[in-house]
Amino acid sequence: MDTPLKRTPLYEAHVKAGARMVPFGGWEMPVQYAGIVEEHRAVRGAVGLFDVSHMGEFEVAGPHACVVLQSLTTNDVAALAVGQVQYSVLCYPNGTIVDDLTVYRLADDRFMLTVNAANIDKDWAHVNEYTEHGKDARWTNVAADTGLIAVQGPRAEALVGRLADQDVTKIGYYRFARGRVGGVPALISRTGYTGEDGFELYEKAADTARLWAALLGAGHGDGVQRIGLGARDTLRLEMKYALYGNDIDDTTNALEAGLGWVVKPAKGAFIGREALEKIRAEGVRRKLVGIEMVDKAVARHGYPVLKDGRRVGVVTSGSYGPSVDKYIAMAYVEAPLAGVGTELAVEVRGAAKAARVVKTPFHPSRVKKA
Amino acid sequence: MSNIPKDLKYTREHEWAKAEGDRVRVGITAYAQEQLGDVVFVELPKVGTKVTAKKPFGVVESVKAVSDLFAPVSGEVVEVNGELPNKPETVNQDPYGKGWMIVVKPSSKADWDQLLTAQQYEEFLKQGGH
Repeated sequence: MDTPLKRTPLYEAHVKAGARMVPFGGWEMPVQYAGIVEEHRAVRGAVGLFDVSHMGEFEVAGPHACVVLQSLTTNDVAALAVGQVQYSVLCYPNGTIVDDLTVYRLADDRFMLTVNAANIDKDWAHVNEYTEHGKDARWTNVAADTGLIAVQGPRAEALVGRLADQDVTKIGYYRFARGRVGGVPALISRTGYTGEDGFELYEKAADTARLWAALLGAGHGDGVQRIGLGARDTLRLEMKYALYGNDIDDTTNALEAGLGWVVKPAKGAFIGREALEKIRAEGVRRKLVGIEMVDKAVARHGYPVLKDGRRVGVVTSGSYGPSVDKYIAMAYVEAPLAGVGTELAVEVRGAAKAARVVKTPFHPSRVKKA
Repeated sequence: MSNIPKDLKYTREHEWAKAEGDRVRVGITAYAQEQLGDVVFVELPKVGTKVTAKKPFGVVESVKAVSDLFAPVSGEVVEVNGELPNKPETVNQDPYGKGWMIVVKPSSKADWDQLLTAQQYEEFLKQGGH
């Protein structure tokens, strides 16, 4: 891997703030500033700022934009109103996952897709390859020109509201508006990856550092903190939100990953539909579940899951969950063992450590469902 | 530069060792805990376990990583910090004090002389620490 790591528009700001920078999906990103546990608590208790400018944005526009997205993604794009956001999945014909993403309906015939940073090139090739010839839909990769700051936590609404040119309390969950925040033109999206209320602010790459500074300044009294990828991971884990590359990838299908709620075969044809309908009819063989360690141990990605000494699954994500104060994990287990309360074990350095399937999210979601 | 007490000896794996009569107290350095970040799990051997110099005797885990703990000297574990499994954050808060891990009764004196002095450990860190 000799490819130089890419940097977001906030790289200098992170270094100046004393962040520990690490490679992540081809990017040089802040993993922590003050410390993962402290940052995690700041988001649950006050408000945190995340630089997620590494994520990719594509736009697709034209009379057939909706039709093209219907054939590419699993969720029902036609059900999306202008100003609304939708979580969705790009699948291969066999039902396994190219990427998970959010779809924004910018206008009747114009959409934006937000994709995972490590998948930008792969997704770009995929959407172009699978856009049928003759369809009037133009793809634009705007990832390099777009900055993205997530503002998450119970004080996020007050902080963004103070800087916005409009009443952001009116923006519902998975809705967005265009406006200015701290004088910067932005797409203000009520979405996030933490389980807390908050926003994701899309702006020009060149404006990102100015907006970051404005949020830090205006959020001082709210206890605003910069949050690295480390806390982003523990926050999403407590919500059992899947992370591409850990919990979902091109070997896992959307149904076993628990993403059946965004798979809508009734809408018509899409890539992966036949395979997913077959899997749904036959029943999934394994399920992504939340597990809690009964014995003290940290379950990590790749550790085997056991039942009475037999291997029945694998851990996909695991950590200490600061808000639940437990060692928690996500794992694929054989479907008959996926029920809440099932006693399992995780093999940690050769030793079987007791664990059990629990209800998720591990920590109650506080997103604003208005 | 991290705190490196002058009266301790050190390993290249970032453990410290403190002579206490005929016994050696062991923990990880301030530099090590800074590099790890928030420690969330510590696994230590039981009293009576034989440990070998330069070999793992336990595990410390931060949110992001698993790291082996390496014994500075060979010998028998005669004391274990029973507080750490319940309060692993002590390793971050007080690495040279309440964050100690085990006390070893060394089987020979030879290992001790192999350990780095505070000055040597400081040099080692200046060169990158690995």
